[in-house]
Amino acid sequence: MNRTFDITHYRGFFGVTCLCLVILYGPLIIVMVYSFNDSLSITNWGGVSLRWYVDIFTGLESAKFKAAAWNSFTIAIMAAIVSTIIATAASIGMIRGGNFKGKFVSFALISLPIMVPEIVTAVATLIFFSTIGFKLGTLSILVAHIVFCIPFAYLPISARLQGIDASYEEAAQDLFANRWMTFRYVLMPIMWPGILAGFLLAFIISLDDFIITNFIKGAGIETLPTAIFGSVKQGIKPNIMALSTLLLLFSIALVTLSYFIGKRGEVTQKLQQ
Amino acid sequence: MISKAFIGAAALALVANTAAAEGKLSVYHWFEYIPAELVEKFSKEYDVKVTIDTFDSNESMLASLKAGTMGSYDVAVPGDYMVEIMAGEGLLDTIAKGELANMANIEDQWLNVSFDPGRKHSIPYQWGSTSFSVNRDAYSGNINTTDILFNPPEQLKGKINVLDSQGEVMAMAALHLGIPQCSADREQLKSLDALLQSAKENWASFGSDIAKDVLVSGDAAVGMIWNGFSAKARAEGANIEYSYPDQGYVVWMDNVVLLRDAPNRANALNFMDFLLEPENIAAVTNYARYADGIKGTTEFLDAELATMPENNPRAGAGAGVFVAVCDQTTQEVYDQIWTRLRS
Amino acid sequence: MAAGTGSGSTVSAIFSPVRLWLLLPSWIVIGFFLLLPVLLMLTYSFLTKEFRGGVIWEFSLSAYDQFLFDRGLFGDEPPVIKWTYINIFIRSILQATGATILCLLIGFPTAYFIATRPMQSRTMWLFLITIPYWVNLLIRTVSMKFLIRDTGPLNELFLNIGLIDAPLHVINTNFAVQLGLFYSYLPFMVLPIYASVERYNFAFSEVASDLYASKITILWSIILPVVKPGIIAGSILVFVPSLGAFLAPDLLGGAKTFMIGSLIEDQFKGNAGNWPFGAAASMILLSLVLVVLMFYARAQERDQT
Repeated sequence: MNRTFDITHYRGFFGVTCLCLVILYGPLIIVMVYSFNDSLSITNWGGVSLRWYVDIFTGLESAKFKAAAWNSFTIAIMAAIVSTIIATAASIGMIRGGNFKGKFVSFALISLPIMVPEIVTAVATLIFFSTIGFKLGTLSILVAHIVFCIPFAYLPISARLQGIDASYEEAAQDLFANRWMTFRYVLMPIMWPGILAGFLLAFIISLDDFIITNFIKGAGIETLPTAIFGSVKQGIKPNIMALSTLLLLFSIALVTLSYFIGKRGEVTQKLQQ
Repeated sequence: MISKAFIGAAALALVANTAAAEGKLSVYHWFEYIPAELVEKFSKEYDVKVTIDTFDSNESMLASLKAGTMGSYDVAVPGDYMVEIMAGEGLLDTIAKGELANMANIEDQWLNVSFDPGRKHSIPYQWGSTSFSVNRDAYSGNINTTDILFNPPEQLKGKINVLDSQGEVMAMAALHLGIPQCSADREQLKSLDALLQSAKENWASFGSDIAKDVLVSGDAAVGMIWNGFSAKARAEGANIEYSYPDQGYVVWMDNVVLLRDAPNRANALNFMDFLLEPENIAAVTNYARYADGIKGTTEFLDAELATMPENNPRAGAGAGVFVAVCDQTTQEVYDQIWTRLRS
Repeated sequence: MAAGTGSGSTVSAIFSPVRLWLLLPSWIVIGFFLLLPVLLMLTYSFLTKEFRGGVIWEFSLSAYDQFLFDRGLFGDEPPVIKWTYINIFIRSILQATGATILCLLIGFPTAYFIATRPMQSRTMWLFLITIPYWVNLLIRTVSMKFLIRDTGPLNELFLNIGLIDAPLHVINTNFAVQLGLFYSYLPFMVLPIYASVERYNFAFSEVASDLYASKITILWSIILPVVKPGIIAGSILVFVPSLGAFLAPDLLGGAKTFMIGSLIEDQFKGNAGNWPFGAAASMILLSLVLVVLMFYARAQERDQT
């Protein structure tokens, strides 16, 4: 728009946007800056140093955080894998399964974990495990994570599948491919960016989860969020800030990765059209 | 597919981690109170992998055990009245005579306690007092009265943190009013409720694990706190003074108990024996700044501990009382009062 | 979410013979591990509480009774409506509304601004807005706490530049909780509004302007009605999680301003130990959320016809 009078422009909106970004990033940047603080106290600046980063890996609490990180990542990977597989199957069933009675109910069921408030899910799961005598432990966390990861994986996968023209599969069927081959060699490659996006989303959601995990974790099991919560309640120490910064950078890396995969997917689609 | 193999391997690794095996010990402990080096020492001496989960109040420990973690922990560290409650609920395992080699190390006064006669389920761990500390920068008047908590002067209103611990708060309130704990008298219970409701207006927050941090960071000017924890806050630079109110204060003893269905019972007993040795328990005392109930620890203790104000009640202070266990009817009223307070 | 019901032309029936097998895993997993537990929780809310935690399998309405009525400290006075828990719900609704309004005030201009940028930079802006969301909520809440506490950097800055004389006491207040909620869910408000504004055809604005409408009128009378679905979607995405939030009230509110999340948590993990009551409170929260969602679904339906 080269006009001097821009109809879309509203004065002050740019300012509010900048304010928004300042609010969003402010606390995070402060945490990052203080993670390099050399002094023990949070509020006094003592000079730049990497000691807290070293402390996370070698200090007093490092064993606890390492174990928590290990738990978090293994659970997240396994939950993401299982829920992505289930979500992929579900999206094919919903979007390529024709119209059937109860389709809306099926959709409601699949999205149920997102609609139910986290605290309610946590309580219900705890009550359930306690009633059937399911021992609380890493497995209980994994099961609960798989449940709420399914809809998160489902969303990008089904969005992607929705945008794929059905004629490819019909062509494959005309060529006498069975359904498995149609999926494996035609659908899956095109769906792949959506599947990967779903996987990454499920992974991050599982990694991030606090409330549900806190409720149903068993003895001696901590995940990163629960370990951080326990530590933070006793006082925000600089090593927590270092840990937070590391997690922040890791999340940024994952999101960037997901973004570039998404772009590649768009390019592939454009090529096919 | 590769992913299947990967899932299989990861699942195996997870299961292996969670399976109960030789050389493990699962401890349920108060937060931030056992030094990591001591746990290391035990770990090496007995070749046992120790995991420690933490809780921040006796009541939440009980809630968690009843919510499904019984059978996952070997030992827990409840306070005096909670030992009695747990024994009543059948959550504790009995220690047979002779199973603990170091029983003789227990100081005589802590051997036959009312909450565990004959020490059938527990050993003494640390004992101390619960009162409150005031930041002297914020207030320079007389702090030796429970009025500071329940009827504070103007400068302290809205700057008070209270422990999130039903037993201790209710006990302090009873002391403030001068009524007996677990009283079944309706008028007294009503006045307890009224006191807490009015006091709440002046409180800033409820929290046990933040009790030290709020005093150090200045988020609170008055903090209900345990004596050793307060000493630590003072060591971290908070200009606070621990109060011994005229009306009295709470004393407690934490104990290591053997839980029913402990998956590693032998290691649990080893751990308890380990903690009955003067040198080891002294390490806890030095770290936590409380006092222990074991003979022969004096030579291992920091000299400062004997003289610091948090361990020496002033002359003229009120009596230190243990939290009492109430009968079910009264306890349910107490629960009601507490819920009304916390909502 | 409406996209998932499959109303596009790419819906085919190639996989319909095997669709049961495809859908069964998700139905079983969610049905068994979420639906069933919720139904069990509904049952628990009608059971008797066991002393010091747990339940006795005896039917009782005492959980709901305790929620609504005050029978005196000793349980034997005539019932009077008890406002304590109703107040907690009202307070939670107010906090969630406050957070939603804050998000709206900041989120709408931001979304509009981004949607009116040239194509290339739009993705960059969206990227910038969403990155903080990928950081663990706990960490974001903690960093907010660190920022606004009495001795924190924000107060230090204001004191140093002379804006204020004494530290602004924000931590442990209702406002801190709203701030925390707002901070947690802001991207959820921005994205749906952005999606709506992006689909708006700015030719309408030009036509209106040619007819001498002021920019404010255009915004109010033309743009807002068109963007309404996005605003509603964003509001729900902020309001619903805020209702049941636990972290913000706990870390920023001093654990004193009980919201629904803290109330429920306390029944199971804290001092209270009243499982049926916790289950009842959860059911009431769930019903509230379902009602809100049903309104949204109806509004969507109406918009599409």
